[in-house]
Amino acid sequence: MGAIPSERPSQESELRTPLHAPSLHESGLKHTSGEALYVDDLPAPQGLLTGQVIASPHAHARVVRRDARKALALPGVHAVFFAQDIPGVNDVCPVRGVHDEPLLATDEVHCVGQAVAFVVAESAALCRKASALVEVEYEVLPACLTIREAIEQNRFIPHPFFPTHHVIRRGEPEAALMAAPVRIQGECMTGAQDHFYLETQVSLAVLEEDGALRLWSSTQHPSEVQEKVAEVLGLGRHQVTVEVPRMGGGFGGKETQAAGFAALAALGASVTRRPVKVWLNRDQDMEQTGKRHPFWARYDAGFSEDGQLLALKAELVSDGGWSNDLSHAILDRALFHMDNTYFLPNVEVAGRVARTNQPSNTAFRGFGGPQGMYVVEEILNRAAERLALDPAELRRKNYYREVPENQTHYGQAVEGNRIPRIHAELMASSEYQRRRAEIEQFNATSKWTKRGIGYQPVKFGISFTTSFLNQAGALVVIYADGTVQLNHGGTEMGQGLHTKMRAVCAHELGLPVEHVRVMTTATDKVPNTSATAASSGADLNGMAVKAACEELRSRLRPVAAKLLQVEGQPERVVFSDGKAFVPGLAQRALLFEEVTRAAYASQISLSATGYYKTPDIGYDRMTGRGKPFHYYAFGGAVVEVEVSGLTGEHRIRRVDILHDVGSSLVPTIDKGQVEGGFVQGVGWLTCEEVLINDKGRLLTHSPDTYKIPALGDTPEDFRVDLLQRAPQDNTIHGSKAVGEPPFMLAIGAVTALRHAIGAFGPPRTEVQLASPATPEAILRAVEAARTVPR
Amino acid sequence: MDRLRFYLNDRLVEESGLSPTTTVLRYLRDRAHLTGTKEGCAEGDCGACTVAVLEHDGKGGQVLRAINSCLLLLPMVQGKRVYTVESLKESGRYHLVQESLARSLGSQCGYCTPGVTMALLEACHRKDLDEAWKLDAQMCGNLCRCTGYRPIREATQEVAGRAPSDRFARALAETKPEPMELSYEAGPQRFFTPATLSALWDVLDANPDARFVVGGTDLSLEVTKRFAEPPLLVSLEALRELRTLEPRSGGHRIGSGVWLTELEDYSCGKLPPLERMIRYFGARQIKNRATVGGNLCTASPIGDLAPVLIALGAQAVLLSRAGERRMPLDEFFVSYRRTALQRGEILGFVDLPAQPSGARSIAYKVSKRRELDISSVSAGFRVVVDVAGQVTEARLAYGGMAARPARARKTEEALVGKPWTEASVEAALPRLEEDFTPLKDHRGSAWYRAQVAKNLLRGFFEETLTDPSPRLQERHAATVQVR
Repeated sequence: MGAIPSERPSQESELRTPLHAPSLHESGLKHTSGEALYVDDLPAPQGLLTGQVIASPHAHARVVRRDARKALALPGVHAVFFAQDIPGVNDVCPVRGVHDEPLLATDEVHCVGQAVAFVVAESAALCRKASALVEVEYEVLPACLTIREAIEQNRFIPHPFFPTHHVIRRGEPEAALMAAPVRIQGECMTGAQDHFYLETQVSLAVLEEDGALRLWSSTQHPSEVQEKVAEVLGLGRHQVTVEVPRMGGGFGGKETQAAGFAALAALGASVTRRPVKVWLNRDQDMEQTGKRHPFWARYDAGFSEDGQLLALKAELVSDGGWSNDLSHAILDRALFHMDNTYFLPNVEVAGRVARTNQPSNTAFRGFGGPQGMYVVEEILNRAAERLALDPAELRRKNYYREVPENQTHYGQAVEGNRIPRIHAELMASSEYQRRRAEIEQFNATSKWTKRGIGYQPVKFGISFTTSFLNQAGALVVIYADGTVQLNHGGTEMGQGLHTKMRAVCAHELGLPVEHVRVMTTATDKVPNTSATAASSGADLNGMAVKAACEELRSRLRPVAAKLLQVEGQPERVVFSDGKAFVPGLAQRALLFEEVTRAAYASQISLSATGYYKTPDIGYDRMTGRGKPFHYYAFGGAVVEVEVSGLTGEHRIRRVDILHDVGSSLVPTIDKGQVEGGFVQGVGWLTCEEVLINDKGRLLTHSPDTYKIPALGDTPEDFRVDLLQRAPQDNTIHGSKAVGEPPFMLAIGAVTALRHAIGAFGPPRTEVQLASPATPEAILRAVEAARTVPR
Repeated sequence: MDRLRFYLNDRLVEESGLSPTTTVLRYLRDRAHLTGTKEGCAEGDCGACTVAVLEHDGKGGQVLRAINSCLLLLPMVQGKRVYTVESLKESGRYHLVQESLARSLGSQCGYCTPGVTMALLEACHRKDLDEAWKLDAQMCGNLCRCTGYRPIREATQEVAGRAPSDRFARALAETKPEPMELSYEAGPQRFFTPATLSALWDVLDANPDARFVVGGTDLSLEVTKRFAEPPLLVSLEALRELRTLEPRSGGHRIGSGVWLTELEDYSCGKLPPLERMIRYFGARQIKNRATVGGNLCTASPIGDLAPVLIALGAQAVLLSRAGERRMPLDEFFVSYRRTALQRGEILGFVDLPAQPSGARSIAYKVSKRRELDISSVSAGFRVVVDVAGQVTEARLAYGGMAARPARARKTEEALVGKPWTEASVEAALPRLEEDFTPLKDHRGSAWYRAQVAKNLLRGFFEETLTDPSPRLQERHAATVQVR
């Protein structure tokens, strides 16, 4: 492997360790050989049946009649379920105490794609035939399809425990706005985004003895799947085991929304007493599952003439779809990230969740953060255009500063602020100023093609904002031969969590990574886990793995000390490189295996659990004050684009990223997260457009019409560096979370596009660019810029 | 009736009783229990199901090609050799492409990876990956949601053209072609692959309602998306005559059975307008199956070949037992999704005439995403300008603007006889609104289509000022290459 920039804490540098070192993805070769097993690849259990959802064709309707007799008469059809056939609770809402998401529709359907019935048959083809014979009669009702309609009709999803309106306020924004020399007012929208994990939703359920069930599910949250299956079937959770071999991508789409399909598979298996698999094809997956929340915002911002942001009032409304799901938590995170990296002295941000007749929108990488951040970045871009300032310089002027100007609008201090450092290093390494000047020259002589450059800083809060979720567990099992099985509560969806956890475990036990096998995630190994989400997988589970290993090491040390003839001084024993030894007495090193065999013979337990909870966090939604985050992750990107004024097409010419992951656990993995997150963000902001027709039916339900970035859309020149010498306090080996923060670096592409588009107009052209910036949106903005009077 | 017969990872497979519209993907996963190959979309738009197929290259040799197994029906691999991702590891050793992809961390979740791996396998056995854009074109049919592609690009650069002496090299050298000819029946479905034209006419006499298929990249969607079970399909894939691709009378004869990748190779440098259109026609896997005839006969208003071929003055050559008849290609398209083909007749060839001196020509395709997308607007333009600078002929063909690919006759009229200047172009542009009333759909609004249609002509004028038929630049920001 090539040299990867990372910082090794000095006390570890003499010992060979997989930590802070480049590594392949733990499953990389298995991926390339087809040996990696996903749920749909597992050998079919004997008698396997297929289950399929019958979905509502209407956005809003009353269910007048349902009759499955004809379908059930078809040979090979084993069962058809309606709401009344559910033995337990007909609900899969992920929020405790809220019951607004029936697994199967009762008397009303609220979106196209909502599950109305569930068919179990010998094959998918038979399921389709049976579905056509299931009679469901609807009385179509008026549907509310957009945020705008919902606002007009005053349709909002109430918060289960707090006022529906979440307001965070500081200072005197109204007075400050009145006094501000420059006002930027307007509205903006960001669009939905389909997760487009390559592996669609899938669950396999097998009935075990005593009515118990075992499931294999492609889910980021096996414990919640377990909980929902148990509730739907009226079982104790001890009767349900959920296993996750790995996912073919998740991105938030399998945090809550795997549970319904798993519960249906379990229902089918428990009633037919045969194994049942539910696998969605691409069109079903896109039609039946929720997406990134579209957001609408109205804002009013006040600036000084030199670009200082003096006051901001903003109102956000997200499209929650038909039910709660995680919409309120997502809205909260949007409000928490309205500041991004900027100190807002006088501010009021408020938000609500609209209820529409769309599939219930859900978690997606960034979890509202990108949507909130987009608003402040739009405001700053407009201000830079109006004031004819370099937007990077305008941003720098507004960064968080020293106390007291380091307080977020919700009252958490921005500690360890690395934004100024990232700004300086990235401006230099990317040669921003020189390139910006060159671009101005290019644009002056180019009629139809313009270029633009944009700088995007990011600050992202790390922790579940529902504070109790910040906990994790692990179970480490050492066998007498010195080999190790590692179980932890996190799930592997491609992000490299298993690679990191294996490195942590191997480091703690002083073993080569080959001696540690990461097991599939299972609720019977590590119980009561949180979702692998909020970028927290490595932070939380890493600490739990470390705790378990420390416990095991403390049991092994006295055994090793005795064998090394330093009995009574176990603290002198070091485990490294597959050996146990006492520094200075290295000639007497023991193989790890010798220690574990001796421990076994001495009747010492060789398995241990570990547990971790994030300390000292909490937030009071009533006052809008608290410390919701353990720490912040930071990053910056410089993006250069070229735009065609004839077609509205664009290309990203170059991207420079400098991202802060603390002391990277595995730098190759982190770099992959940064690159992948950035490109996914570019997709959200440019080519990915979710469209529905006037009946609420999704028009973009397959890759034929829904366009995620392809290989040619990746930046031609893509330079990603991890911030060096940047260990973080109170995290697993000084590392920081990486999953979500880089996604928002992509907003820099919008700034760059605006720069290029503005060049079609006179100086100080305020660009009117819709999101996503499709070729059509760009061409409209170019045409608008061209018509600005000179 | 024949049995289905092909080689799967070098083992002979014979099957009967299976529906002839069973896709290779479903066969692999459901019957052969080879689950490395994934279904990501079942419509050829993601590449997760890519396999490698070793087959005739039409010139007497063998070729290894990456193909989407989701659109490949079992009778289409009759006599061929199909390789899945499971075949790469030999005697416990990973293949070059596997090691390269893993080493560059080109997989994260791994679900697209088997498909990426198989596209890389084709890349490492290709001998013509001599320009950087070809590497992108090779891999653009594989969507990855995790990596952002940088490492996949790196692996592609590393393996391209390496041609290791692996089992595929041996198979390429040693395999004897086996016949594709097939007459197959299962349940209510029948599938014929005649090997000669006279055999084809016999099949058609007996089955006048037969539907034709060649690569299946369009027709198979009815099977995978609408779950149709077409009762009677006749494949034209084994007809050697239709694979003709050669210079003729100063122009070119293009057989309807020619794969798009073959036509791309043939056009490279020689026929810049065609080359420009084919670059973004579709993914490598699609172009490896899609044929000239298939694209034209499906008669979609957004078929990518029609505008450029119409602009270049192509003639359609129709064949039947009775002989052959010819017509200008624009007359071949009768109305929405309808062609001039009569019963018992097939499209045999497209004849491209010699291009007149003074001709300027380019083809354009504008889509939401540059690669692997369907046109919002496409166009093929040719104007002939005499020595005095006057336009003597204008052929402006558009796709995506009407129910069929069509020429902008009024705009053409407005240009002919005028000097070829920016002023003439600007004066003619309003006539486009009389030629077309474009539709609004998820690919673009009527406004966008109308605006782009005009701008393409503007760009065409500027682009051809210095070069009458410019090639595409290596990496260009947009369809139109003007400053």
